[in-house]
Amino acid sequence: MVRNTGRNPKDKLFEGASAFFAFAVLALTALLFVVLLRESMQAIRDFGASFLYSRTWDPVVDQYGALPFIYGTLVSSFLAILMAVPLSLGAAIFINDFAPPWLKNPVAFLAELLAAIPSVIFGLWGIFVLVPLLRDGFMKPVSKYLGWIPLFEGPAYGPSVLAASVLLAIMIVPFILSVSREVLATVPQRQKEAVLSLGGTRWEMIRIVVGQHCIPGIFGATVLGLGRALGETMAVTMVIGNRPEIFYSFFQQGYSMAAVIANEFAEAGGLQLSSLILIGLLLFLVTFVVNLASQWMLSRMVKNASRGI
Amino acid sequence: MPTIRLRRKAVDTTMRWTFYACAFLVILPLFLIFFDLVIKGAKELKWSLLTDLPRPVGEPGGGIANGILGSFVITLLTMLWSVPMAVMCGIYLAEYGRGKFASVVRFAVDSLTGVPSIIMGIFAYILIVLPMKRFSAWAGAVALTMIFIPIVVRTTEDMLRTVPKTVREAALALGIERWKTTLYIVVRTASAGILTGILLAMARIVGETAPLLFTALGNQFWQFRFDQPMAAMPLQVFSYAISPYEDWHDKAWAAALVLITIVLFINVGARVLTREKK
Repeated sequence: MVRNTGRNPKDKLFEGASAFFAFAVLALTALLFVVLLRESMQAIRDFGASFLYSRTWDPVVDQYGALPFIYGTLVSSFLAILMAVPLSLGAAIFINDFAPPWLKNPVAFLAELLAAIPSVIFGLWGIFVLVPLLRDGFMKPVSKYLGWIPLFEGPAYGPSVLAASVLLAIMIVPFILSVSREVLATVPQRQKEAVLSLGGTRWEMIRIVVGQHCIPGIFGATVLGLGRALGETMAVTMVIGNRPEIFYSFFQQGYSMAAVIANEFAEAGGLQLSSLILIGLLLFLVTFVVNLASQWMLSRMVKNASRGI
Repeated sequence: MPTIRLRRKAVDTTMRWTFYACAFLVILPLFLIFFDLVIKGAKELKWSLLTDLPRPVGEPGGGIANGILGSFVITLLTMLWSVPMAVMCGIYLAEYGRGKFASVVRFAVDSLTGVPSIIMGIFAYILIVLPMKRFSAWAGAVALTMIFIPIVVRTTEDMLRTVPKTVREAALALGIERWKTTLYIVVRTASAGILTGILLAMARIVGETAPLLFTALGNQFWQFRFDQPMAAMPLQVFSYAISPYEDWHDKAWAAALVLITIVLFINVGARVLTREKK
């Protein structure tokens, strides 16, 4: 920040030390990528691109393909986004523009607390509360009357892609909410007042300014939430059912990339271990690109909004 | 004309209630989770839960004492090296960092933030577990380090940037050396904010499960050696929850209640710390 012209040796030492630690952090990040790549080489060499589209995951014959996991991760995350974005956006608008002053901070605070709950506790709650609730309150009646629709086909066991998606949605809402709030706050107050002064209702004010200003930012918030959902491990592992098959109905059981790593890693060796690390590498690359995209979209809207804790 | 006005008004009211409903639905799971934790966790919440080792299925009693100690040890071990590293990195980025190197470091830190925590487990497994040929508390701490560092680097940098330039100039004008200015004046001014960042990161890693699954692994017994598998509360919640036994499910809820109490205590404490300063 401030340039010091006199170069005192102690100053140099301190700057050097801090630069060393900065370098160490950089080196750790690079190392992360390098070791993932090195250890997954065996699987890359053996399966090549077929790893991405093969459906077989069979330790007995030592054949591994990641399609069911990739598919499960993508579908459950997108479904979660579909539920979480409208909810978070609505709640963000509520907090920023509609809530009475005494309610603003408590609601925002509670949403932040939701983000602080460890994911294993979401999973626990998912297994014993959410899954039975969805099974008896939603899946059973729906499959009884709408079971002919392929999306709702199959028996309502409980653990399912639907349960995983609902749980994921609950978990990513706080992140999308807080970024959406920052995005909404960038709208100039004068524009809002202009709409109101022309006789617009509050909803028209929201519709016009959000439509004008916030679409890219909200898209960035959505992609940020997607990044969170893709990598979420414990909660998904505990409720998705862990069946490595391509499902067609949300009531069926599925599997996800993070979940198969969580379940099989500790006991794996050889090619299976290498394949699991390759799934990890793919997950790393996908979340990396997704986060980069959301940061890029948000950097034009909000400074530092994407660094969620 | 009046019908249009009426319709606009109706739409406005509907949307207003939709927003209210959204906010309600967002907060609702929090209350449901807390409610269930308290109701179901209270059943097994006894003194012995905090003081005893886990017992086999069917035997009454037993606790998570080794997991509480294990979580404590692994968290402290992580922070032992992560705090200096992350804070120094943050100081570099805020006080010295300009040019290409700093922006590359910043990019790396931002990328680390978004990496799923289970991948940090794979990282520690390859680096520590494979060469040592056994699961260990060391490996768990290395995995958690990768989660801890980016959070603290970014908050440290942000907090240091809130210290006005004039403070630095005033100190330097008094003839105080640059490094002393940074450490004793700038960092100290921002210390509450930095501490908040450290505590928030701590609350986060205390509850992390995925990175410990195949690093610290968990343990049924007391373990005081860092090169051996060690128990941790989140791992206990997980293994009790997915077990088929009714009485272990009760233990999972009780352990989860203890865990969330600790996590929220640290998390809310961290927030209170900065609020007082403002």
